[in-house]
Amino acid sequence: MSILVNKNNKIIVQGFTGSEGTFHAQQMLEYGTNVVGGVTPGKGGSMHLDRPVFNTVSDAVKQTGADVSIVFVPPAFAADAIMEAAEAGIGLVVAITEGIPVKDMIMVKEYLKDKHTRLIGPNCPGIITAGECKVGIMPGFVFMPGKIGIVSKSGTLTYEAADQVVKAGMGISTAIGIGGDPIIGTTTKEAVELFMNDPETEGIIMIGEIGGGLEAEAARWIKENHRKPVVGFIAGQTAPPGRRMGHAGAIVGGAEDTAAAKMKIMSECGIHVCESPAVIGSTMAKVLNKVMA
Amino acid sequence: MNIHEYQGKSILKSFGVGIQEGIVAQNPDEAVKAAQELTQQTGTNWWVVKAQIHAGGRGKGGGVKLAKSLDEVKEKASAIIGMNLVTPQTGPSGRKVHQVLIAQDVYYPGESPVKEFYMSVLLDRQSGRNIIMYSTEGGMDIEEVAEKSPEKIHKEEIDPKVGIQAFQARKVAFNLGLSGKSFKEMTAFVSNLYKAYDTIDASLFEINPVLKTSDDKIIAVDAKVNFDDNGLIRHPHYAAMRDIREEDPTEVEAGEHNLNYVKLDGNVGCMVNGAGLAMATMDIIKLAGGEPANFLDVGGTANAARVEQAFRIILKDPNVKAILVNIFGGIVRCDRVAQGIVDAYKNIGSIPVPIIVRLQGTNAVEAKNIIDKSGLKVYSAIQLKEAADLVNEVLKKGI
Repeated sequence: MSILVNKNNKIIVQGFTGSEGTFHAQQMLEYGTNVVGGVTPGKGGSMHLDRPVFNTVSDAVKQTGADVSIVFVPPAFAADAIMEAAEAGIGLVVAITEGIPVKDMIMVKEYLKDKHTRLIGPNCPGIITAGECKVGIMPGFVFMPGKIGIVSKSGTLTYEAADQVVKAGMGISTAIGIGGDPIIGTTTKEAVELFMNDPETEGIIMIGEIGGGLEAEAARWIKENHRKPVVGFIAGQTAPPGRRMGHAGAIVGGAEDTAAAKMKIMSECGIHVCESPAVIGSTMAKVLNKVMA
Repeated sequence: MNIHEYQGKSILKSFGVGIQEGIVAQNPDEAVKAAQELTQQTGTNWWVVKAQIHAGGRGKGGGVKLAKSLDEVKEKASAIIGMNLVTPQTGPSGRKVHQVLIAQDVYYPGESPVKEFYMSVLLDRQSGRNIIMYSTEGGMDIEEVAEKSPEKIHKEEIDPKVGIQAFQARKVAFNLGLSGKSFKEMTAFVSNLYKAYDTIDASLFEINPVLKTSDDKIIAVDAKVNFDDNGLIRHPHYAAMRDIREEDPTEVEAGEHNLNYVKLDGNVGCMVNGAGLAMATMDIIKLAGGEPANFLDVGGTANAARVEQAFRIILKDPNVKAILVNIFGGIVRCDRVAQGIVDAYKNIGSIPVPIIVRLQGTNAVEAKNIIDKSGLKVYSAIQLKEAADLVNEVLKKGI
């Protein structure tokens, strides 16, 4: 079991015939993901990776019944691609693209308000339900199936956490990279809530970083709705204020969005906070053993 | 991207926002010429000489001076240009001043009292919308106002579907206690300011102070204008306003090689793939008893050329006493990265500090073999914990 994606989903790739889209569509297919086609405006009617190419998302939905889309469209056109997917009725849009202007994302967020579409990302590694469905750019082999859910703002740190979980004798139900931009679709709290309601997820790992209030929001929710153990880590304890650390959203603006402030509120809300990123997996193993004992 | 006050003001003016007029000068003679020209344009009798650096609090550091004669303009400009200006925002090392803005005196006496306000435009990450933040407490540190009298800070959220509305601009002007001519001026100021922010893909406007002059004009006396880097591609003429003299030269060089590098003050350098893991690696260094010397994300393609470039960048910092390479190979194969490290090592000749290499993920074991067999003075690890222990060990040996 899992959240948001499984082996029954039909996935289309927006920006299918570009180099990124092609490479990662191949990787997803190798993982066993049910990629049913793709969209590249102007190339409709042709075939790519033995899958049909469509001019519009709406054509792709009509012809294939696709319900999930992954976006590899360049930053200047990515917001448009996300809105096109939502308009065509796609239920889950995963936006991998890095570098979308904030102004465009403000409009996307507004546009999605009255649509039945969930957005993951942008600037994220995507989502993977271990052993079933990979809609993203993560190395699939790291995510052995199991019962730990991961939500993270960072790509490689998600792989790191998943690897530690597996080495500690557990596995992953679903892992979601929510992205490191200032405006993103699915928040930490929303992902945690989905995991809390997923009967097959037994523990949750929540990885955040400096900047913004998503972790505090999730922590407060967890305090009120605590049903499963949550292990947390915040990257950037040593980041200086006012400097952007790679991700567009990873910047300390005030006292509230430092790593220390976030770790404090997470601890207060009952989350098992790791000071070191090297002990995320082992902490989860300890916490779960205690729960079972 | 940050720009200078004089550049920010020129943008605001182009959108019809009232500003304190001024002319930028590179040397004392230009400053005097600028002052004369400014008097012709505005009739000002006094001038303000303002250091142009990318940091606030310039007045506190002695970078803003009033001049009451052309001789004084020359004198103050001579003192400020070339000075190392230390402000609360520059850190103790300060910033070298390359140019000054000669600005009109706007605090002249008149019929109604002069008033200072605070105004900023920024993204509210919680709502995903832009807000205008403003206060009657202008001219001082807004963080201080937020702490001491938060009730004096107002926020106006802008609906992206329709943009700023007239009633919102009126609300701002009423809340600032204005009436008559200054009220009208303020509503235009607010509307135009927001339109400028929205049009140019800004990420922050901070106008502190916004001034009501003694003849009821509303003008921006200072202007902090930051751009959303992701939006700059749409605005090449604004992108050209970048002043690399205000940036760390090593960071500029790293940027030219598409390496995401931020210089820090510590003693252990690091090279990592991915921004989150890079921050986490900095934290590991601290926990192991060191201090991170940098943030460096080599990105998804950690090939030999990039690894070599990254080493060269890190080694430019004389404080670096050890380097931790932390790569989680996903799509990128670790053995390729390992070979890249070995090649880079050979190309650079000698790397005078110990290197701890942690390669995990695809082909991690093969990668460790390559490193171990290379004969290089490199400590290799697979688990993050092992890498942290090695950093600690290297630091204890005394570096």
